[in-house]
Amino acid sequence: MLELKNITYEVEDNKEILRDVNLTVDDRFVAITGPNGGGKSTLAKIIAGIVTPSSGQILLDGVDITGMTITERAKLGISYAFQQPVRFKGLTVKDLLTLAAGKDTTVTEACAILSEVGLCARDYVNREVNASLSGGELKRIEIAMIIARGTKLSIFDEPEAGIDLWSFNSLIKVFENMYEQNKGSILIISHQERILNIADKIVVVADGRIRETGSKDEILPKLLSGMEYGTCDALK
Amino acid sequence: MNTMEKNLLAEIADIHEVPEGAYNIRLNGESQGRNTTANIDIISKADKDGIDIIVKPGTKHESLHIPVIVARSGLTDLVYNDFYIGEDADVTIVAGCGIHNCGDQDAGHDGIHTFHIGKGAKVKYIEKHIGEGDGNGHNIMNPTTIIEMDDDSYMEMDTSQIKGIDSTNRITKGKLGDRATLVIHEKLMTHGSQYAGTDFSVDLDGEDSSANVISRSVAKEHSVQKFVSVINGNNRCSGHTECDAIIMDDAKVTAIPELTAANIDAALIHEAAIGKIAGEQLIKLMTLGLTEEEAEEQIVNGFLK
Repeated sequence: MLELKNITYEVEDNKEILRDVNLTVDDRFVAITGPNGGGKSTLAKIIAGIVTPSSGQILLDGVDITGMTITERAKLGISYAFQQPVRFKGLTVKDLLTLAAGKDTTVTEACAILSEVGLCARDYVNREVNASLSGGELKRIEIAMIIARGTKLSIFDEPEAGIDLWSFNSLIKVFENMYEQNKGSILIISHQERILNIADKIVVVADGRIRETGSKDEILPKLLSGMEYGTCDALK
Repeated sequence: MNTMEKNLLAEIADIHEVPEGAYNIRLNGESQGRNTTANIDIISKADKDGIDIIVKPGTKHESLHIPVIVARSGLTDLVYNDFYIGEDADVTIVAGCGIHNCGDQDAGHDGIHTFHIGKGAKVKYIEKHIGEGDGNGHNIMNPTTIIEMDDDSYMEMDTSQIKGIDSTNRITKGKLGDRATLVIHEKLMTHGSQYAGTDFSVDLDGEDSSANVISRSVAKEHSVQKFVSVINGNNRCSGHTECDAIIMDDAKVTAIPELTAANIDAALIHEAAIGKIAGEQLIKLMTLGLTEEEAEEQIVNGFLK
């Protein structure tokens, strides 16, 4: 279980990106949604240890991890899929899956994971994760790394970003399968109705604050009816 | 050969026992063993140190190993090796030099390799340079490779210098005939206060000749690297040169491209990128559970793989 207590993140000139965020993730599948620039990605980075909050506390299964490094948190069981995956000259898909799994990964094992994310394994396993891969391919490999880790908390930052609609349809199945097979929790930042629709809990973040938290049956109809969570009053 | 020398041999030329095919093993300036085959002859030069290697026309899928070990402080070994590759031959040549210097004097190996590649011949040339030993003497290597390629020939050269060479000036010159293709992959890592200079120069003289020169290097600590790549397009041809370097600590890397097109149909491209390891690459690998140091090592190893 992940708990965020009074998380605030300020940047220069006292500008608050996140303000007094309190959140408990004890459900299997939690979706965070809300307008762009509202602080969702920052929140994910704070959980993974990439961004240090100005104040507040983060607990994972009751252990205070606020002062822990990215590596320490990863070892405790937090995985984080980047919104914009990183390219590596020279490292292959299999290399990254091996590093993610933390043990030697056979070609068969790597292929099984790649198939799960809809990549034809034989074509990809020895490819370099460099600029020759498309954005959609990189996203799938990013997700494959999270599957290879199989940790208790997997965070995905807008997995749909940069993926065409056709590919996105098959991506939904990836998350449905993860939900069924993985025993851990999934925390996913998304704007996609179809992802929100498979969530146990939806959290709406806007203007650096949590605006609403509830089951998808409570939140989704409000979102779909066009309720405004925007950051600019003039647009409301 | 003692265990240290055998280990060095395994590292530079992947030789564990007696290699298959033709070979010439040179230790501390003297021949340690030689084997010729029906198609590959090795003859010692009469006027200076070195060998002539003659590959008969039409030789297919044969290999030649010519490793050099220098394990004596104060010794500088200079050799001239000439390769005559017959028409339509297809061979793999594994060279490589290991220096083990435990003394206070410099130890070095300067190999001058000249390739005469016949019409339609295909050569894969692998060259690995390694230095070791805990003495104060420097390990110095200055390899020169001259490649003359006849029409329709193909040569791929993989050259690497991963550790332990304190000073190196690597000169590679190519002259290509019609439809000849030269591909060079260089891998280089320097550390401490090492210096590595690389000097490529390719003359694309033949019609539809092509060259691709790719260098990947990592410069650590106070080391200095200089990469010069000259391609002269003297005919309808295509040339590409790429220098990709990771810089760490207080290292310094210079990349100097020089492209000259002397024909309207010469298409020449140079790419150079020098920079430190991207922060997001380190972060990504740390989110997989690696420490920053482990992440750095993986990125460097992958880059030079």
